Amino acid sequence: MPKPRVALFIPCYINHLFPGVAVATMTLLERFGYEVIYPEGQTCCGQPFANSGAHEEVIPLAQNFLRTFTGYDYIVAPSASCTGMVRHHYDPYVGDDPAYAPIQQTTYEILEFLHDVVQPEHFGVSFPHTLTLHQSCHGLRELELGVSSERVMPYYSKVESLLKRVDDLTLLPMERADECCGFGGTFSVNEPDISVRMGQNKLDNAEATEAEYLAGFDSSCLMHLDGIARREKRGIKTVHVAEILAGTVR
Amino acid sequence: MNHPAKSAAFLADPAHSRWHDHALWFIRQKRDSAAHQIDEWEHLRTLASQIKAHTMAHLADYLETFEHNAHQNGIHVHWATDAHEHNRIVHEILTKNRVKKVVKSKSMLTEECGLNPYLKEHGIEVIDTDLGERIVQLRHEPPSHIVLPAIHLKKEEVGELFEQEMGTELGNSDPQYLTHAARKHLREHFLSADAAITGVNFAVAEEGMFVVCTNEGNADLGTAITDLHIASMGIEKIIPSLEHLGVFTRLLARSATGQPVTTYTSHFRRPKPGGELHVVIVDNGRSNLLGDTDYAQALHCIRCGACMNTCPTYRRSGGHSYDYVIPGPIGSTLGASRDLKQHGDLTYNCTLCGSCTAICPAQIDLHHQLYAWRKTYVDQGYMPDHKRRLYRTGAWMLASPGRAQLFFGLTKWATRLLPRWILYGRLNVWGRGRELPQFAPQSFAEMYKEHKKE
Ligand code: SF4
Repeated sequence: MPKPRVALFIPCYINHLFPGVAVATMTLLERFGYEVIYPEGQTCCGQPFANSGAHEEVIPLAQNFLRTFTGYDYIVAPSASCTGMVRHHYDPYVGDDPAYAPIQQTTYEILEFLHDVVQPEHFGVSFPHTLTLHQSCHGLRELELGVSSERVMPYYSKVESLLKRVDDLTLLPMERADECCGFGGTFSVNEPDISVRMGQNKLDNAEATEAEYLAGFDSSCLMHLDGIARREKRGIKTVHVAEILAGTVR
Repeated sequence: MNHPAKSAAFLADPAHSRWHDHALWFIRQKRDSAAHQIDEWEHLRTLASQIKAHTMAHLADYLETFEHNAHQNGIHVHWATDAHEHNRIVHEILTKNRVKKVVKSKSMLTEECGLNPYLKEHGIEVIDTDLGERIVQLRHEPPSHIVLPAIHLKKEEVGELFEQEMGTELGNSDPQYLTHAARKHLREHFLSADAAITGVNFAVAEEGMFVVCTNEGNADLGTAITDLHIASMGIEKIIPSLEHLGVFTRLLARSATGQPVTTYTSHFRRPKPGGELHVVIVDNGRSNLLGDTDYAQALHCIRCGACMNTCPTYRRSGGHSYDYVIPGPIGSTLGASRDLKQHGDLTYNCTLCGSCTAICPAQIDLHHQLYAWRKTYVDQGYMPDHKRRLYRTGAWMLASPGRAQLFFGLTKWATRLLPRWILYGRLNVWGRGRELPQFAPQSFAEMYKEHKKE
């Protein structure tokens, strides 16, 4: 049987700033027997523009996405918010394009893909460290990777469940684990003071757990938090969950 | 000043803004534990949303039923298209009854209509009787929260205010002491008032009666002491029948403060013997939203304040950072619908984290509303030109992988070569509290190419 073909969607800023996260994603997919292709010609999914109301700008980007990613079994991205954009917000831009429906149904965030599709019993890696988890908003409330603290329903967290399949890892619970970190795309520069304060509070809560790592599953949150942590010379390190699962944390 | 500037001012007192955040988060936690005690909580939210959707779809009918039944009960019903008409009607009723002083319990609608200044201009004294409302009234400011109007203040500030206004002890800011003083101060006003004004939380069409929820009993005291009661009600406050009321009273107090029910849930069905009871039903722009699929849901709001308590921006920026009468997520969407040109930029104070949508007892998709309003805001040309150009250029840059490569490449070299004082100059808003991200030596695309060659 031929291997299922997965197209990697690597959001533009991850490509340049956090290639390690992309490598981890690719490593994981190859390890579990997928043929991984990084289609050429991919670029921004349009999220920053859609979120700002600049929707004219989104149309060509969404069309490009369909062109680039048609013809694969799955599309997998290491970004919850970009996945959410393609899956939940493309309708007004490319909804009547017949190429959209198959893409909408086969686009996954990497952790969601691992949890729901791959379902490995174990990742075969060890991470002998303590960490605490920031539950990024789009992954949590839009992709429903877990139950957010506002909701009254049986608790689950796909990300925590994946982390339990790594050896020697200690996950420490954090106060306000699913409060927004304050990145919010262009919000981070439209409202810099609130944005930074939210990030500082997130880091305070993370540091209170005394964990070595603050893990997350959206690189944009981590970019913001890491920027504050470095400015303030805080000790805590940020890491993407995919890197832990892939065993590629440097 | 716009929202970012006012937020910065609020954050400039770190101890106080921290206190504000913690105080509201504490209420959010009380709400969580109250909600978690109700197994069918999510079901109740769904019901509430369905009842509201149904009622809004038949709004005219239910309002007429209400009018008819209220009339049967001896209630006078008035209709006001806008704020001015509301104020005029209230003023007329008061004049007819030769009223000099009114005690008023909390009502965001009268705030929205600017009733207090209107009556003051016409020589009628209005005393807000909700403690928090009275505090902000004495300070000549608007409320900063719809349930906790004075939450932006420190107790010391309240102490100083009471020193001046009520002659309390110098430097005594013990909350119990101050509450006691306020109670005495308000008692005198209650006893000398000629009429009471209240809001309406729910109006039951089938019964022609309405419900007012308070924690301080001030609405009851005012209406019990005076013979004239005027209730101001937005058209969206109507619900079909008593069986629906329970859904909302179960949700309201739990969402607002974590209490199982408000301390006073008072039902008004008919005027008291010898007294008069008036209801003024106000549209003031609400019906414009009715036919709009994106925005009609904003009319489902039961004014519990939960979206404010949970909003990471609101907790850190304070209610006065919003230039609309209602702050927080619901205020930003209502403000935008009221006057997009003036209030539309409020929709940008949100990270789209979705916590408000998940908490709202009426299941209003608040963050989607803000998202949708931004689009309308840009469409109508309200986004400032320089920002609009920035987005256009950005999209053009990123639309081709080659240009994106060039853009990131240039930025990478800039971050490496430029001295810190230029790199972190005034224009670098990101860099005000954060270091720039560190570029990797090689992009993933480059690594992938090499990997494929191997
Ligand atoms: S929008 Fe929802 S959460 Fe906010 S005040 Fe209204 S009912 Fe409460």
